[in-house]
Amino acid sequence: MKKVTIGLSVLALSAVAGLPALAAGKLNIYNWGNYTSPEMIEKFEAEHDIEVTLDGYDSNETMLAKVKEGNTGYDIVVPGDYMIKIMIEQDLLAEVKPNEMENFANVDPNWVDVWWDPGRNYSIPYQWGTTSFTVDTEVFTGDINTLELLFNPPEELQGRINMLNDMNDVINAGLRYLGYGRCNGNVDELREVTELLVEAKQHWRTMDYSTIEKLTSGDVDLSQNWNGAAMRARAQRPSLQYAYPKEGFTGWMDNVAVLKDAPNMENAKLFINFMMDPENAAMTSNFARYANGIKGSEAFMDPEMLEAPEILMPADAPAPDFVKPCPQEVVDLYNKIWTRLKQ
Amino acid sequence: MADRITDTRTTRQPASDALAGARAARDSAAKRTRVFLLAPAILTIGIVGLMPLSIALVYSFLEPGTYGGVTWAFSTDAYVQFLFDRDIFDDSLTFSTSYLSIFWRSAFLAIITTIGALLIGFPTAYFIATKPPAQRNLWLFLVTLPFWTNLLIRTYAMLLIIRDEGFINITLQMIGLTSGPIEMLYTDGAVFLGLIYSFLPFMVLPLYASLEKLDFRLVEAAHDLYAGRVQVLRRVILPMARPGMIAGCILVFIPCLGAYITPELLGGGKKLMIGNMIALQFGGSRNWPFGSAAALILMAMVLIVLLIVNRSRADAEVSHG
Repeated sequence: MKKVTIGLSVLALSAVAGLPALAAGKLNIYNWGNYTSPEMIEKFEAEHDIEVTLDGYDSNETMLAKVKEGNTGYDIVVPGDYMIKIMIEQDLLAEVKPNEMENFANVDPNWVDVWWDPGRNYSIPYQWGTTSFTVDTEVFTGDINTLELLFNPPEELQGRINMLNDMNDVINAGLRYLGYGRCNGNVDELREVTELLVEAKQHWRTMDYSTIEKLTSGDVDLSQNWNGAAMRARAQRPSLQYAYPKEGFTGWMDNVAVLKDAPNMENAKLFINFMMDPENAAMTSNFARYANGIKGSEAFMDPEMLEAPEILMPADAPAPDFVKPCPQEVVDLYNKIWTRLKQ
Repeated sequence: MADRITDTRTTRQPASDALAGARAARDSAAKRTRVFLLAPAILTIGIVGLMPLSIALVYSFLEPGTYGGVTWAFSTDAYVQFLFDRDIFDDSLTFSTSYLSIFWRSAFLAIITTIGALLIGFPTAYFIATKPPAQRNLWLFLVTLPFWTNLLIRTYAMLLIIRDEGFINITLQMIGLTSGPIEMLYTDGAVFLGLIYSFLPFMVLPLYASLEKLDFRLVEAAHDLYAGRVQVLRRVILPMARPGMIAGCILVFIPCLGAYITPELLGGGKKLMIGNMIALQFGGSRNWPFGSAAALILMAMVLIVLLIVNRSRADAEVSHG
């Protein structure tokens, strides 16, 4: 009984003590897991007297499925490039006009007229990066800048490869290796890709998203990877090197956008403007280890990020390929290839 | 049982009209109480059981919407797709084993896991049941102890033990038994091991419940009648442990069939399991009808297994009675 009384009084005390700290507003952010800088959130909360709640997802599709049902209570989402386009088409995003906001001048002009949101009427850059692969250069000493290593690996890498467990990333790599276009739906070419993938699979050890852990634990010596994850893996296994294959590799950008049914619309707009401030964008980059597309953020970024080979692309590397969403017929074909590959 | 009692009561000849009226009032009150008390259960089953199922059933007969969801047009494509493949290369409809082989792999894994868990779980449960009552709780506690930890964490711990640079391989190399790592992780064996480890308590607990009630004087009697150890096990212990074995097998088999995390983490994700295949339909594949259809087919498979079990149980009862 005594315990209960003490508990209650503590609760009452903390409630009273908590009162003055109660924020004036709220903001609910739905972002990829382990992708939001806590430091940046604290700064936003202090600056605008807003209480932020954070929730995480693991794929664009998970987020879309949830948001589509409506009434999620979320204000901010951070979809990838193609998902922004889909969500605009599906009328899920609010046209908040970031391009008329105070901090918009900071956005790198290269990231303004993008195909997923031309002129930036709905979204702003959050982080951008590339999807390629990481190799241990002590295990394999040859030229790493070729997709040959994934599909026709040399003996020392056979059975030591992790591919991403992602239909698009695997099939797109196959298409690039054979020199065919993305989303093309050409059945002869896709048949060839299927044969290539099925044949190469015997050399793959795993197909998994947890690339950092696979590489640092020594389970594999090569893994398909995102550049930021590659940087984090290299910090623990210095012999790893991020490849820029000559056949091409995927580029992507995650973007901050506001949901159409956002309960805290004004706070969401404040957050959009806040995220275009170079210092705040740099906080995100220092946490997630990707570039951010906001001019002037370099001044606030960790020095090792500025010269990291995962971010600074070599001059002779091909331009990253920002893959558009495929039409449903092509998705259906990809599904069949994927099922055949993993049956 | 309650039904039968009220039935006999209402069909009994009334002594007088007044008495009959009072009885009818009491019966209807009893009926109301029964309805009232059953309501929470019925509502729970209706809302969390039947409604999602009906949604899945309806969705499985619709067409997939762009970017997920469904379009309200009747279609049986989802079921056709399960067995037949509209060949991507010549558009002919051919019998396809892709999905069947995914189902078969999952079912096979669930079957051998159930058998494995039974082989390990039976001696364990027997051991516990034959201990003095005061000790049994401690043993049961030890069996359920790992269960207090999240499944993901337990599976991950297993991964750390059997990986190339994990506990077992490092130890073997340290004492000089092997020169390189033995590949244990990311094999079917690893998945099997992980599943048995995860579901063993589900087998041990019902088996223990059966064996605990076993009258060991019967075992002694069998020995007195010159039954050997094998005969005692086969003719006395096993028939009496049967309900526990059936319950344990069902409790292990069904969750194994839809297991998701264990095959993904320990198997390396190179092969699809039913659970992963269904999840994929609601994500990257954008085909909710097919996902619903696959889930219903899985459920039908489980139902068939349960029916077979029930029948064999009924047969057993008949032969004993």
